[in-house]
Amino acid sequence: MTSYAGTIAGFMTANRRGPRGAVIIRKGCDTKKMKDMVRLEGITKKFGDHVIIPTLDLNINDGEFLTLLGPSGCGKTTLLRMIAGLETPTTGKVILDGQDVTNLPPYKRNVNMVFQNYALFPHMTVKENIRFGLKMKNVPDEEAEERIKQVLYLIQLEELKNRYPAQMSGGQQQRVAIARALVNNPKVLLLDEPLGALDYQLRKKLQIELKNLQRGLGLTFIYVTHDQEEALTMSDRIVIMNKGVIQQDGTPNGIYHHPHNTFVARFIGESNFFALDGQSYALRPEKLNLCPEDEENASHPEPKFFGTVVDIVFYGTIDKVFVRLDNTNDTVVAYQYFDDVQRWKVDDRVGIWWYDRDGVMVENE
Amino acid sequence: MNKNGKLLIAPSLAWLSIFFVIPMLIVVAVSFASRTTYGQVVFNWTLDNYIRFVEPLYISIFIQTLVVALITTVITILMGYPLAYMIAQLPKKWQQPGLILCMIPFWINFLIRSYAWVIILRTQGVLNTLLLKAGIIDMPIQMLYNEGAVMLGMVYALLPFMILPIYVSIEQLDRRLLEAASDLGAGPFTAFRKITLPLTMPGVAAGTILVFISSLGMFVVPDVMGGAKSALVGNLIQNQFLSARDWPFGASLSIVLAVLSLVLIILYYKAIQAQKGGERDAAKDVA
Repeated sequence: MTSYAGTIAGFMTANRRGPRGAVIIRKGCDTKKMKDMVRLEGITKKFGDHVIIPTLDLNINDGEFLTLLGPSGCGKTTLLRMIAGLETPTTGKVILDGQDVTNLPPYKRNVNMVFQNYALFPHMTVKENIRFGLKMKNVPDEEAEERIKQVLYLIQLEELKNRYPAQMSGGQQQRVAIARALVNNPKVLLLDEPLGALDYQLRKKLQIELKNLQRGLGLTFIYVTHDQEEALTMSDRIVIMNKGVIQQDGTPNGIYHHPHNTFVARFIGESNFFALDGQSYALRPEKLNLCPEDEENASHPEPKFFGTVVDIVFYGTIDKVFVRLDNTNDTVVAYQYFDDVQRWKVDDRVGIWWYDRDGVMVENE
Repeated sequence: MNKNGKLLIAPSLAWLSIFFVIPMLIVVAVSFASRTTYGQVVFNWTLDNYIRFVEPLYISIFIQTLVVALITTVITILMGYPLAYMIAQLPKKWQQPGLILCMIPFWINFLIRSYAWVIILRTQGVLNTLLLKAGIIDMPIQMLYNEGAVMLGMVYALLPFMILPIYVSIEQLDRRLLEAASDLGAGPFTAFRKITLPLTMPGVAAGTILVFISSLGMFVVPDVMGGAKSALVGNLIQNQFLSARDWPFGASLSIVLAVLSLVLIILYYKAIQAQKGGERDAAKDVA
């Protein structure tokens, strides 16, 4: 990755002179001072009688990798398109770097978008696609050439610059789409499920590339996905949405380990829910421990529930043990690692225990 | 495909050979024949008919025809593109009715529609009467039997052939490309010029071929609306067969026209192929 870092540095010094250059340098020195890059104030969105977003406020910091995560139809793409200017909020304001852009059309906003299916212009070569935005802004030829050269180097597609989009693979097209957006030096890069159409291996690879790119450029990324794993790997901050409402807003770590409600606990990773003293608790399967029902003088906390093993599924590094609880008849799942002493078989009677610190109190949806 | 499968295409093959290929070959043969004083066709394998075609009189009719066809095509593009664009922008449920409106004239016989224009345009016609009554003119205007009337009739007859292929290409255009253009800083007009227009050119090309070739062979419009003053190749051919009883010359004119049309169609496919072929070749490189 050393060559990569070098490229990014070159890209920055050439393109980010002036006030924006100062921002980058400050980041480089790691003296972060959070500044709002995008502010959404009292946003609502209706299509006819259909309410997509009831009401929503969100601040996005400068240089942040923020992911909007949620099931399809949760309003995350609509939100992104409102920042781009491709949708207008029914009420509320979109503020970009201190300027109210709510009523500005997309072509007057200093943000760029990487579209879900790339939306590359099929009648233009890679280079012409990338040059398009610069032409629109009347960037002088010489500077345009230089900037195109640098993004091409950045995405490592220099030798394909005269290809047409139809002549390239999905992964290559995706990189061109990113280059076409980045070359304009946007204040914010908006990405709408950019890896959705790629196969698993390539997606993994590009996730890392994108994250490195964002870190290197210190640029604000707003990333929309429905893939929770992608969100956890890449983001500085995740905003989980459902039905147009923010369910939780926090770091990947915080969201995974401390989900606020049952929706988040269910959406991110696997969760078991237990009712104790009129409260709901979420527990990750890896935090559940099993012991024999009749165990005495155990060194661990008392089992809180009892049940019967109904199924055991082999998953490589772990076994998933499914247990039906006596009191509710719900089935919960616990992960058992191979080096665990106790192995289980179907119909075993077990107790379920956990450490108090692992049980997360959650609100019901 | 097995033997029985091939039998399935036998009827259409027979139909085409009897009613298309054989008559076509007869026309080719007749074009190399000559005629007796009373119009009898004599097969003596001569090039006279083609040599006769090169006479200034016929060449000028041919050029006149090309010019009319060209102007008709240009006017139908200029009128058809905005109309097709407008229909494609309508809400989905209104697009189909919009297209049907364009095609309604086809439900009435073309000859009748041409005479309808005569009723509208002639000196004692609907339009002149209206203008006279309204006091806008003192004397009827001669609107029929001139080049303008022919052009009007041609554009009227052929406009739908331009609208339909253009509509299809606009309708197929990926709207996200326009969003991307807007996102990259292109205003609506620039986005149209840089994205919509180039990507809908195949539709314009298809419409151009349809309209240009149809207007080359058109004889009803010049006959009915152009009167005696306007003779195009279509009328010339019609005359050779029906009035002058010179089938060989008529046949040779038909062949020239057919060859010209064929050349244009080949050029069109070459152009399309060049576009697609390039992409395919390079796609092979990637693989």
